[in-house]
This record gives sequence, structure tokens and C-alpha cells, in this order.
Amino acid sequence: MSAVESEGVVLGGLGEAELPVAAAARGPRTSMRSVGMRMLGGLFVVCLLVFMIGPIVWLGLRAFSGLWQFPQLLPKQWTVAGWRTVFKDPNLSHSMKLSFEFAPVVTLASAAICLPAAYAFSRFRFPGRRVLLISLFATNAFPKIGLYIAMAGVFYSLNLMGTFLGVVIVQLIGTVVFMTWIPTAAFSAIPRSLEEAARDVGAGPLRVFFRVTFPLAAPAILVAMILSFLAAFDEAQGTFLVGVPNYITMPTEMYTLVLNYPEQVAAVFAMLLAVPSVVLMSLARKHVMGGKLAEGFQIR
Amino acid sequence: MTDTANTGLRIERVSKDLGGRTIVDDLDLDVRAGELTCLLGPSGCGKTTTLRMIGGFLFPDRGRILIDGRDVSGLSPERRPTAMVFQNYALWPHMTVFKNVAFGLKLRKLGKREITERVERILELVGLTHHIHSFPARISGGEQQRVALARALVLEPKVLLLDEPLSNLDAKLRVRVREDIREIQQRIGITTVFVTHDQDEALSISDRIAVMSGGKVEQYADARSLYRWPETTFVAGFVGSMNFYDGTSAPGGVALSDGVVVPCDDLSTSEEGAWRVAVRPEDVQVSVGGDGAEAEVVREVPRGHYKELVLRAGENDVRAFVAPDLEAGDRLRVAFGRALLYRDGVLHRAPKPALVET
Repeated sequence: MSAVESEGVVLGGLGEAELPVAAAARGPRTSMRSVGMRMLGGLFVVCLLVFMIGPIVWLGLRAFSGLWQFPQLLPKQWTVAGWRTVFKDPNLSHSMKLSFEFAPVVTLASAAICLPAAYAFSRFRFPGRRVLLISLFATNAFPKIGLYIAMAGVFYSLNLMGTFLGVVIVQLIGTVVFMTWIPTAAFSAIPRSLEEAARDVGAGPLRVFFRVTFPLAAPAILVAMILSFLAAFDEAQGTFLVGVPNYITMPTEMYTLVLNYPEQVAAVFAMLLAVPSVVLMSLARKHVMGGKLAEGFQIR
Repeated sequence: MTDTANTGLRIERVSKDLGGRTIVDDLDLDVRAGELTCLLGPSGCGKTTTLRMIGGFLFPDRGRILIDGRDVSGLSPERRPTAMVFQNYALWPHMTVFKNVAFGLKLRKLGKREITERVERILELVGLTHHIHSFPARISGGEQQRVALARALVLEPKVLLLDEPLSNLDAKLRVRVREDIREIQQRIGITTVFVTHDQDEALSISDRIAVMSGGKVEQYADARSLYRWPETTFVAGFVGSMNFYDGTSAPGGVALSDGVVVPCDDLSTSEEGAWRVAVRPEDVQVSVGGDGAEAEVVREVPRGHYKELVLRAGENDVRAFVAPDLEAGDRLRVAFGRALLYRDGVLHRAPKPALVET
């Protein structure tokens, strides 16, 4: 009994003897430094927030402001005149309608073209596979406007300038990379044995794709479709070049808006332009990360 | 060929080249109805390729595959009466256990009640009724294995194919699950082909084992004959442990290449000449003062229920399995209780009745 006690004392003594040494070595200086680091970190976060959210806040205020001049922190007058203009002006509302027509059409066309390609890229080894896969980036590697000028030449000779199809094609180009690369990775991540097992129990190749491969790749395909939708929705340069004057979508309308309308109308329009992004991103969060799929994949 | 009765699986002179290499080479194999056959061999021996050809995931370049007398060589997997259990189980992660098992039945357009009944019955057979609505990711590896088995069995296939189904399980579970598989296989009497590189697995659950090497079947026999009478030096070396020596037959024993004569009264043949001599470690008899060649004890390895001795006789090492309590000392005398003689890699057996397998 006493032996155990004395042992405990000895051990305790050793522990205590060691602690102050270590504390003296690290103690005050580390705490000073960590406070400094923390303040620096806080400052960085604040800067980042101002940088990211600041413009959006300004946009929001601007959209409802009447008179607002530089030194004032908040607008002097509040108004919904900008909103009224946007929804009443036939040009502006027509461009909204057009944007919401083009983006889904482009997304679906892109899916129809790129998903089979993505499946082939992931499942088959054919000559030129790598070159083709890399070359999809070519459209993003060159300055877009140069590409569009060259396209315009081709489009004139094919009578595609100023047509619906022409605009769809030009918007499609920006979506191809998302629609091919993301699903290719998703298909490749599905073990081939899952497909073989479905064949084994009696499913033909098409049924295997729709019952096994597609559902498993669905979250990635959904993400690819959202990115494609937004890319098509926000595409301005090519649409401007090909679509004017017949097809003026929301982003192309922004060009004239900035020059010909009061500032708050542009602000309202810019906010409307952001609506699909916000809605789609939150939908994706809810359905991809929180749904049945996540349950099956154990994604948290 | 004309007989469509329950004749099991027949592989006739099947060959398969992949990537310019012959993986399966003129292979013949016959699995009787209700029999469990193991394809055993080192990696790259063609066992998985053979299995995939039976399942229809690969098509043979030459030869044909018959199931119950019907040629299935040209049929795709969904048209074959085979069911495969994959190495990684290949359960569909977006379906529950119930849906995984029911998928094949739904494709066969069965009624809802019949599907539920059959799924429940098969899950009861593999002991998984409590996980019927779980997703595969939520259950353990052993349970996933049994779901995969249930998914294969629920379609009542004529041939069950298992592709190294135990390799992803830990050692303890592996032994239990392989016994479960054997028990279920015997209960429903299904013709089964089981691929493994683990000889222990093969020896303990198969009716017959086909040892493969270089795309050919080296020997096709039951576990006992395979172990006692390996037909080729490859099988002798692959199944169990074996001492190999170059030697000649001498009166009352074998003379090893260095001139040491080891007495042996049970040689597989009494023919004269140069041989490759194979002796199982448990057939090596050691004694302190008895009859035999002199040997020095190099190493003792306790193995639990036996002890492994590494001895040196002349220029050769002799591995012996002896009783765990044996005090070996430094010097022992060694005799062979039984030796198999090979020439050109093939076992030579005297046609005398005493050596006929029992």
C-alpha cells in the first residue's frame, strides 16, 4: 500500500518537474504569437467577405435605391422603379424569356451529345482517346472571342447567323467540357463488375445502363447539367455575335442595359441573372448531398 | 450432346488469347451436376478467364462450353443459366438488399408477391432477413458476400460461379463463410465452379479440384488424390509443402545427387534411373539411432500442433514435420516413409495394387 503511494508521489513529482520546463520554453511566446495569428486570420476572413459579398450587397442596395451618391453609406431614397422597368419593358422581359428557353435546350442537347461520348471515353479504349479527351479543353484554352470570330465565318456560309440553332451551337461549345469530363470521371468510378453483375442476372446492355450505370452516375451528371445550364445561361460574347439582332438573351441585354438604362435597372437585371445560379446550386446541395443517393454511397 | 438431361457443365477444348498471349490453352473440364469444382492455381494461370468464359463475359476463341448438354459458347451473360458471385461482390449501392436480390426476378416479369416470397426465402437461407431493407454500404463484408450469394441463387441457375469470393474477408471469417457456402451448395445441390488461389480453401470445400498452370489443367482430382498423388511436379510443389531432390533409385531407397542414400520402402515406382524425387515433410521419418541417412538439425520451427524441422543431409535440406514435443538434439537419422518419383515433370507409378488410391 505504502509502496504504491510512494510510487505515485515519485511519478507525480517527475511529471510536475517536467511540465514547468516545457511551459517556460513554449508558454508566453506561443500564446502571443497565436493571438497575433488569429487576428491576422480574422482580418483575412473579413477582407475575403468584403471582397466576395460586398459587390452583391452593393448590387442589392442599388436595385432598390433612388438617389445614392458617393459619400453616403446608404441610399437616400428607396424605390422599386428599377424592378417595374425591368418587368414592363418588352425588350427586357423578352430577353428573360429567351434566356430561359436557350439554357434548357442547350443543356439537354449537350447531355444528348456528350453523355454517350463520356460513356465511350470511360468504357472503351480506342485510338486517339486521350488526344480527343484533352482536345475538349481547346475551346477553353484559346481566347473565346477569336474562336467566335472564326465561327462567325463558318456560320455565315451555313446561314446560321441570327438563327436559334446558331445560338444553341455557340452556347453548346462552352458546356462540352463539363458535360464530358465530369460524367467520364463518374462512369469510370463505377466498377465494371456492377454492370457485369446486372448482365449476369438477365439485363441487356441498355437496361444495364439505365438501371445501374446511369443512377450511379446521376449525381455527377446532375452537377454537370447544372454547370452546363449556368454556362449557357451566362454566355454573352458568342450569343451576342451570333444572335443579334434576333436573339438577345439576358447577358447580351446587359451590354445595352449598362449604356441605355438607369443604373438601378442594370442592378435589378444583374440580380435576376444570379437567380438560376443560386436556385440550382441549393437544389444540387439538397438532392445530391442529402438524398437517397448519399445514403447509398455513404457520402456526408 | 444430344442428351439434355442434368449433365452438369462441360468445357471442351476451349482456348482464349488475350492481348496476344494464350491465357487458356485447349482446356477440357467436366463438372458433374451438383458437384463443386475448384479452379486452383497461381495468378495468371487462366482460372479467372476460364470462369468468365463460363459466365459469358468472355467468349472462347476455340472450343465450346456445354451446360446440361446445351452449347452456350455464343450466348451473352444474360442468356446463360449461370450466376456469378464477384470478387468484390458487385452489389448495386443504390439498391437495398431486397432490391439487389429482386432485380433479376423483376426482369423475369414475375408477380410482386412471388418476388417478395422468393427473395425472403433466399435471404433466410443465407441468414440475412434482418438486413432486407439495408443498403449494401451499411452491412459488413461477410454480409455483403452473402447478399451476393443470395442474388446469384435466387434465379435458380444451373451453374453457380464464384470468383475468389473470400479474398476480401479476414482470415477467421473466410473459414466460416467458406463452410457456409459449401453447406448451402450441398443443400440445394447446385453445380458450382469456384476460383481460388488459396489451396487451403480448395482442399477443404471441393468435390474435385482442377489445378491450373499456364492455361492448362495440370491435374483434376479430389482433394485426397491431389495431395497424395500429384501427377506433375507443378502440382506436387503447389499443393501442400514438398521436398524435391535429384536422385536415382538405389536398393532399399533413393540415392540423392550428392551420393547420400536415404532408405525408403515406399517408392512410387521401382524403375531404375535418374528421378526427381518428391517427399512430403510428414513422410520424413526421423530417429536418433535408427536406420537412415545422417542429418544435422539446422532449425526448429514450432507450428502449434506439429513441429517443423529443417535438417541438412549431405548437400540437401530436408524439411520434416514431427510431433510437437520431440526433442530433436543436434544429429538425427532420416528416412523417407514415402517418395514420389517424377521424370520430365510427370509422376511415374508402378501398376501394383498396393499403390492404387484408396
